[in-house]
Amino acid sequence: MVSIEKPQEQALEPLIYDISVAGRIGVNLPNCDVPESELPDGLVRDELNLPEVSELQVVRHFLKLSQLNHAIDKGFYPLGSCTMKYNPKVNEDMARLAGYASLHPSVDDESAQGSLALMYQLQEWLAEISGFEATSLAPAAGAQGEFAGILMIRKYHLERGDTQRTTILVPNSSHGTNPATVSMAGFKALELPSDAKGNVDVEALQKVCDEQGDTIAGMMITVPSTLGLFEEPILEVIDIVHKVGGLMYMDGANMNALMGIVKPGEVGFDVMHYNLHKTFSTPHGGGGPGSGPVGVNDKLKPYLPGPIVDIIEEETDEEPPLYGLVMPEKSIGRLKAFHGNFGMHIRAYAYIRAYGGSGLRDVTRHAVLNANYIRAQLMDTYKVPYPRYCGHEFVLEGHFDDVDDIHALDISKRLMDYGIHPPTNYFPLIVPEALLIEPTETEGKEELDNFIDVMKKIAAEARSNPELLKNAPHVAPTRRLDEKKAAKDLILCCSPALPAAGD
Amino acid sequence: MADLKYPEDLKYAESDEWIRVDGDTATIGISDYAQEALNDLVYVEFKEVGETLAQGEAFGEVESVKAASEVYLPVAGEITAVNSDLEGDPETVNGDPYGAGWMIKIKITDSSNLANLMDATAYKEYCDNR
Repeated sequence: MVSIEKPQEQALEPLIYDISVAGRIGVNLPNCDVPESELPDGLVRDELNLPEVSELQVVRHFLKLSQLNHAIDKGFYPLGSCTMKYNPKVNEDMARLAGYASLHPSVDDESAQGSLALMYQLQEWLAEISGFEATSLAPAAGAQGEFAGILMIRKYHLERGDTQRTTILVPNSSHGTNPATVSMAGFKALELPSDAKGNVDVEALQKVCDEQGDTIAGMMITVPSTLGLFEEPILEVIDIVHKVGGLMYMDGANMNALMGIVKPGEVGFDVMHYNLHKTFSTPHGGGGPGSGPVGVNDKLKPYLPGPIVDIIEEETDEEPPLYGLVMPEKSIGRLKAFHGNFGMHIRAYAYIRAYGGSGLRDVTRHAVLNANYIRAQLMDTYKVPYPRYCGHEFVLEGHFDDVDDIHALDISKRLMDYGIHPPTNYFPLIVPEALLIEPTETEGKEELDNFIDVMKKIAAEARSNPELLKNAPHVAPTRRLDEKKAAKDLILCCSPALPAAGD
Repeated sequence: MADLKYPEDLKYAESDEWIRVDGDTATIGISDYAQEALNDLVYVEFKEVGETLAQGEAFGEVESVKAASEVYLPVAGEITAVNSDLEGDPETVNGDPYGAGWMIKIKITDSSNLANLMDATAYKEYCDNR
């Protein structure tokens, strides 16, 4: 029998500074064909600590790093609330079309008609899908969309002289960004409890509105909630808040469970944000940036962040319409330079065009079906705190009554050994040992069945060999990381001093 | 969670803070249940000595590897001391939530608030049922 020497334990990729060799170059710059001019003395540095590596070293280094990582292109990624759906490659092709990719953001409107037409159409589609009167593509991400929405609510009240409204209601199941947004916009967040079914507690809401209705500026609520549950009393909730003069903000992070089925604007919401990087398949999680367009009804339309695209001259028999960038009448202003994350607008546009209206409805149906399938299959193995139909995601509890000291984190880490990205853990905060699971519509039944099998296997391992979970992961590129140290000692070890050239 | 401690001499709030009353002053921290649920604490921050807060108002925040949350004053009072040792060693709260892991001391400004708090038996029952 031939014995094969086992390779040494795989070393993680060194830092790019560690493979640097003084004097090595990766790029040959062409000779300068214009007169050289000196930079002012104060702007010239003697030393610039950059890695000196060849092109091939760069390629290998970053390829290896990417292989250490997990990505939707590599495996199942059921990270609840993040909607890690597949990002179709055709979207990348469209975003790289020279007419879009090479356009200078400062070009005049007349020279950018194609891009403006795309933005206009996307605004219209997003308004149609959400049932709102108008949308703005300006916000750079979901949190900025929230911020824009709450600033609009603020300005609406202030312009009416309604200055005592300083409170915004948030359910205790809300995304952490919601109360953060409320504070950033200068309001006070008032948390509402959830009832036994996982809905916002309507009695508590009514009580708060009865007692201090004239101080309530509005309410932020996610539908379906972060528990993955449709807010059953939503019509009543909207009515109660509207009756005391508050406005309703819908966090649209979970639109993957509503698209083509429910239009928030028609249900009575006043404003919402989208996450194009969730619902409309634009990349995120390191591949971003995000994009968080906001939709509003008539009341808030004048306050939209700008610029937005409008038709300046209607089309005629001979000429197409002329598009232009405009600031809405009482706009809360700009949120970032230029026009939002335009590259993401292109990808979302391509996604919507590829699916069409009925296709988008199917996306939602499949996302909801997939989540319910997994939930139903795992209900006997894990505790599901709210046993009712879920939306596009659901929560289960990552612990067992008959096993001591196994936590959601242990289950998450063990999943990595099976090549599966852990679900969101410890969120929502109101579920003990929460595991928030969102398969998305892009996974087939085989992948869902594999996940179900693995989750059942892990539950069995928790009983037969709990150490397997406690010490997981075993085969991931790194073993269990020290999360406490990672959170406390914020020291990066990189960029060591390089030897001077010629050493 | 069978081994959690609920000392008899303390009062507890629904938001999981404990209070040890000594005349018109009191010491405040978070319960064993709370530290267990939060997991390893990595950061604490408290309001400053001299601030007067109402019952239920946040006197600081704690952050763990799992979550960040505010901590609330069980009774109205003026902060007279904060446990600055916790800044460098927040995990002291995990190891000794009722002793070295105390968070602030206050001068009680409204002792009628104490009536809204739970005793150890009621708090244990409250925790067992969630």
